[in-house]
Amino acid sequence: MTQSVVILGSGQAGVSVARELRKLNTDIELTIISTDDGGFYAKPTLSNALAAGKAPTQLLLSSADKLAEQLKARILAHTTVTAIDTQAKQIHTSIGPISYSALVLANGAQPIRLPLTGSGAADVLSVNNLDDYAIFRNTLQPGMHVAILGAGLIGCEFANDLRIAEHPVSVFDLAPQPLGRLLPPQAASFFAEKLNTAGVQFHFGTSITNVDSTAEGYALTTTDGQQFKADLVLSAIGLKPATELAAAAGLKTHRGIVVDRHLQTSVADVYALGDCAEVEGLVLPYILPIMNAARALAKTLAGDVTAVSYPAMPVVVKTPACPTVVSPPAIGAGGSWQEEVIEGGVRALYKAADGSLLGCALLGEASKERQSIAAQLPAVL
Amino acid sequence: MAEREFKLWRCLICSYVYDEALGDPEHGLPPGTRWEDVPRSWICPDCDVGKDEFEMVEI
Ligand SMILES: Cc1cc2nc3c(=O)[nH]c(=O)nc-3n(C[C@H](O)[C@H](O)[C@H](O)COP(=O)(O)OP(=O)(O)OC[C@H]3O[C@@H](n4cnc5c(N)ncnc54)[C@H](O)[C@@H]3O)c2cc1C
Ligand SMILES: [Zn+2]
Repeated sequence: MTQSVVILGSGQAGVSVARELRKLNTDIELTIISTDDGGFYAKPTLSNALAAGKAPTQLLLSSADKLAEQLKARILAHTTVTAIDTQAKQIHTSIGPISYSALVLANGAQPIRLPLTGSGAADVLSVNNLDDYAIFRNTLQPGMHVAILGAGLIGCEFANDLRIAEHPVSVFDLAPQPLGRLLPPQAASFFAEKLNTAGVQFHFGTSITNVDSTAEGYALTTTDGQQFKADLVLSAIGLKPATELAAAAGLKTHRGIVVDRHLQTSVADVYALGDCAEVEGLVLPYILPIMNAARALAKTLAGDVTAVSYPAMPVVVKTPACPTVVSPPAIGAGGSWQEEVIEGGVRALYKAADGSLLGCALLGEASKERQSIAAQLPAVL
Repeated sequence: MAEREFKLWRCLICSYVYDEALGDPEHGLPPGTRWEDVPRSWICPDCDVGKDEFEMVEI
């Protein structure tokens, strides 16, 4: 019987598994199912497309047809998977059941929504795929004042990108600083100051509770009763791994779909990777973990059972106003931050009691030391 | 000796394309520099990420 690998999702995770698998095996039947149009784009380009001068349509790198041809795969676009039957080894979709010999869950994550009230709450946008981004760009008119909810990585990247296109930008976050636990205090103030100099207005320690639609745009009310105006509201408070389908099928889920180092879920022949997965307790919604996982899983699917290893995987924050590279210490890692303010930057190193390096945040000029410092970081898994 | 075809590598973060035929002369990589000969210290000229965040593509 020919093997049939079914991949749920055509994002970086799903497409990377398919590409890596095709490098190893050209016979296995490959089906990719996606609610979106099945084309491939690099998601990180969504938060610097304005600076790059690109319209949403220019971000598409391969159409579904071209991808299907390159991968020798069947791509079922605009198709939703509604249930997984691990006993029958079948998935149920909006166009009927499909059988698999191995199933790869690469269905990503969903934006977390604040419980907002008000007549404009439903107009609040969030961007987690190319279609969302096209809506955002169609709504965005020159000069519009944009309010961003959330000063995390994605909120700050959008803020910087919008400033490059000369939009007034206000960012709200309940936390006292940007980028949350990625940055220790001095690094955080340096970062906030640089973005502020670029024109980003930060409002820390406060969140938005109500958005009303008005004749001139939107009126926002904060937790502490302040009022702000904006023409467009973008929510970027975080992502939640898509675990519902897996949980409904009886697969073990926790923060994400629980998988071991072989990317295998609690059920045989069902695997998961990418933003939906929790690999040995780690939810790492970034490109490098996906690439490492995809390479290991492709080998396993091709018959050479392989565990994933994660080297140190620093993340570059795409904020040109403050070039930043972060590699947060593992949760619960014993140690402390040591921050050094240098000319035009901050070098923050997270060290264990014995002096070994466990994490870093390199800002401004210090970001140029990325490679020598990253070389001293421990492997993640 | 038959010339091996030059390949294209695309940055997964910003879509910059490294073309082996063109190299990156501004950053010390003459035209014709193969991907395997690009040093690990090289970073994407558009977004600063390292070699690991590139993937070979057919365009
Ligand atoms: C604005 C932005 C900027 C970013 N920048 C960076 C960066 O600079 N560096 C970095 O490392 N990371 C970055 N990231 C994170 C990175 O892009 C993600 O980790 C990665 O793209 C996730 O890929 P994925 O394939 O796991 O999920 P997704 O891309 O979310 O793909 C999920 C797929 O599953 C499909 N799907 C879901 N449910 C169903 C269903 N029921 N039926 C059928 N199909 C379904 C969807 O249609 C989609 O094709 C950024 C993220 C964002 C949002
Ligand atoms: Zn790049």
